[in-house]
Amino acid sequence: MANVFTSIGDWVNERAPGMMPAYRKHMTEYYAPKNFNLWYYFGSLALLVLVNQIVTGIFLTMNYNPSAAGAFASVEYIMRDVEWGWLIRYMHSTGASLFFVVVLLHMFRGIMYGSYKKPRELVWLLGMLIFLVLMAEAFMGYVLPWGNMSFWGAKVIISLFGTIPVIGSTLVEWIMGDFLPADATLNRFFALHVIALPLVLLLLVVLHIAALHEVGSNNPDGVEIKKGPKGNRWDALKPADGIPFHPYYTVKDLVGVGFFLLIAAFIIFFAPTFGGWFLEHDNFIPANNLATPSHIKPVWYFTPFYAIVRMIPSFLGSAVWGVLAMFGAIAVLFALPWFDRGKVKSIRYRGTGFKVALGLFVVSFFMLGAVGAGITAEVIPAWFGNVDVTFWENLFGRVMTLIYFGFFAFLWAYTYFGWEKTKPVPERVTTHD
Amino acid sequence: MTKRQLLMKRYIFPVALALGLVVGSVPVQASEGGALPSAGTNVQDQASLQRGAKLFFNYCVGCHSLKYMRYERIATDLGLSEQEVMQNLNFTGAKFGETVVSHMPEDAAAKWFGKAPPDLSLEVRAKGADWVNAYLNSFYLDPSRPVGWNNTVFPNASMPFPLWELQGLQTAEMKPAKAGEDPAVEKLVLSQPGKLTPAQFQQATRDLTSFLEYASEPAALQRHHYGIWVLLFLAFFTFLAAMLKKEYWKDVH
Repeated sequence: MANVFTSIGDWVNERAPGMMPAYRKHMTEYYAPKNFNLWYYFGSLALLVLVNQIVTGIFLTMNYNPSAAGAFASVEYIMRDVEWGWLIRYMHSTGASLFFVVVLLHMFRGIMYGSYKKPRELVWLLGMLIFLVLMAEAFMGYVLPWGNMSFWGAKVIISLFGTIPVIGSTLVEWIMGDFLPADATLNRFFALHVIALPLVLLLLVVLHIAALHEVGSNNPDGVEIKKGPKGNRWDALKPADGIPFHPYYTVKDLVGVGFFLLIAAFIIFFAPTFGGWFLEHDNFIPANNLATPSHIKPVWYFTPFYAIVRMIPSFLGSAVWGVLAMFGAIAVLFALPWFDRGKVKSIRYRGTGFKVALGLFVVSFFMLGAVGAGITAEVIPAWFGNVDVTFWENLFGRVMTLIYFGFFAFLWAYTYFGWEKTKPVPERVTTHD
Repeated sequence: MTKRQLLMKRYIFPVALALGLVVGSVPVQASEGGALPSAGTNVQDQASLQRGAKLFFNYCVGCHSLKYMRYERIATDLGLSEQEVMQNLNFTGAKFGETVVSHMPEDAAAKWFGKAPPDLSLEVRAKGADWVNAYLNSFYLDPSRPVGWNNTVFPNASMPFPLWELQGLQTAEMKPAKAGEDPAVEKLVLSQPGKLTPAQFQQATRDLTSFLEYASEPAALQRHHYGIWVLLFLAFFTFLAAMLKKEYWKDVH
């Protein structure tokens, strides 16, 4: 039997001589730092969720009907009449939310350990492009069930483009293909959601990993293992602190996959709507352009950005500033490698100012999420009684918006003027398991 | 710093913080729509679902459809035979494999009630079991309304109350009128008892709500059935993966 495999292998290698070298370059001879910690699981988990979304998505398209007349009923058909349809759909809807959970944690890891810094700026930029495309992909996917929140969410988000001077209203009409989100909108969103954007996403993921493997992985100490001493058990010329990605990190990531699937399965089987956060109550009502839901709000992963739109007042006779600020909130993340001029990568050896600023940045992100999800609108009257809710909500939301953008401004000044007092970075990676 | 303190600092604190933020934000969302008493439904209780189905098909299906729910599926999930369902629950002449569609013509219904009675397939998923249960318990006589009924949970609902012969007649005691404010209901009192005692009626509406909860997601029965096995398998898988990792990493120093 072994002989059969060997001869098949030889047969393929003769005809594709580049295959084994590529496998070695990216798997068995890709030397990753040996000190990865918990935060380093989220990259492989994002890949796992991407595969899950594609596979479950293929099965969903087999029974989904992308028309305004049939979409809602076809989703219920999947939930009730298609064998295991409910499981496929919950895997897809839970996967969408968990995609953002793991991607946000993955990005936070990058900020914490300075993985966006030289020489990994390109890895970061490609990752940010993935994040941007992922948001477009998720938005269009959210519209497809054609529930009432799909409809009104689509209407509100697309209307944001209407604030652009001169071309705004034409642009909105062009995006929707109608004067309201309608059959034409649903058709094109379906096409973009199942073909166009997934292709772009896959290409970007390949480029993201290819770019990473050119420069090598960062690590919790922010030490460049390629610049450290050479020679490990496998190769005398490779970094001493590196271990082959396969099998070491493939088996380690498998443990992460197990834990992640436990959490995912718990949600899928016991709390698929996650208390209205993953599947919203109003989306179990069919789309109706005459009945506005009592609170129109986007799904949780858009809430911080949606809050920024809401918090910026219109002035000079235009409401475009909020939309600009929302895109600006993503643009500053793109530019993070150029805001941060500090040479020390890891939070372990960075100044206290960085640690405090990063903490505040995370708090502002969560709090903006709370504003965008309408939590502050409920909490303010509940805690403080009869006060002007809009005033206090706006004040709170604007302070949080300032902190969000302030993080980038502070980081630039802090590192540009040399105010940061860093600790000495060790020569070699420190801890590992 | 000892290894334990490092562990504490690097993993446990951030994870606890993240969990705290997530968990802390969930109850706020859940409390949306004011405090309604818990419906206390249980879709696992097959007897309760059967009683609820009986109530639905006797009192509700005249006006309300369950257009995504098939008679056959109800029979399978509620442990009823085809004969039982077709004789006792199906009064519309639909086939066993067909969905539950009310015979009330929508146009005429819209004329009679001001609004066609909604399909109830997803009512519990849209409004919540607590809301549906509270709604069913909150009808009162109000001569000022076109059909003679009003509701404290859903004020000015256009629906008459078909369960009145079970519950009896409730009337509203109004709050002392204040200048410039709309009249508000202080509480509901049972002015004429029905066929059931208040406790029995509460159980009946709980059964009915359970049935509607089941109808809004029949897959919930399968979810609960398979879920625990999936989790046990994954726990075992994770354990094996952890052992494998430990074995492979033995030689990393």
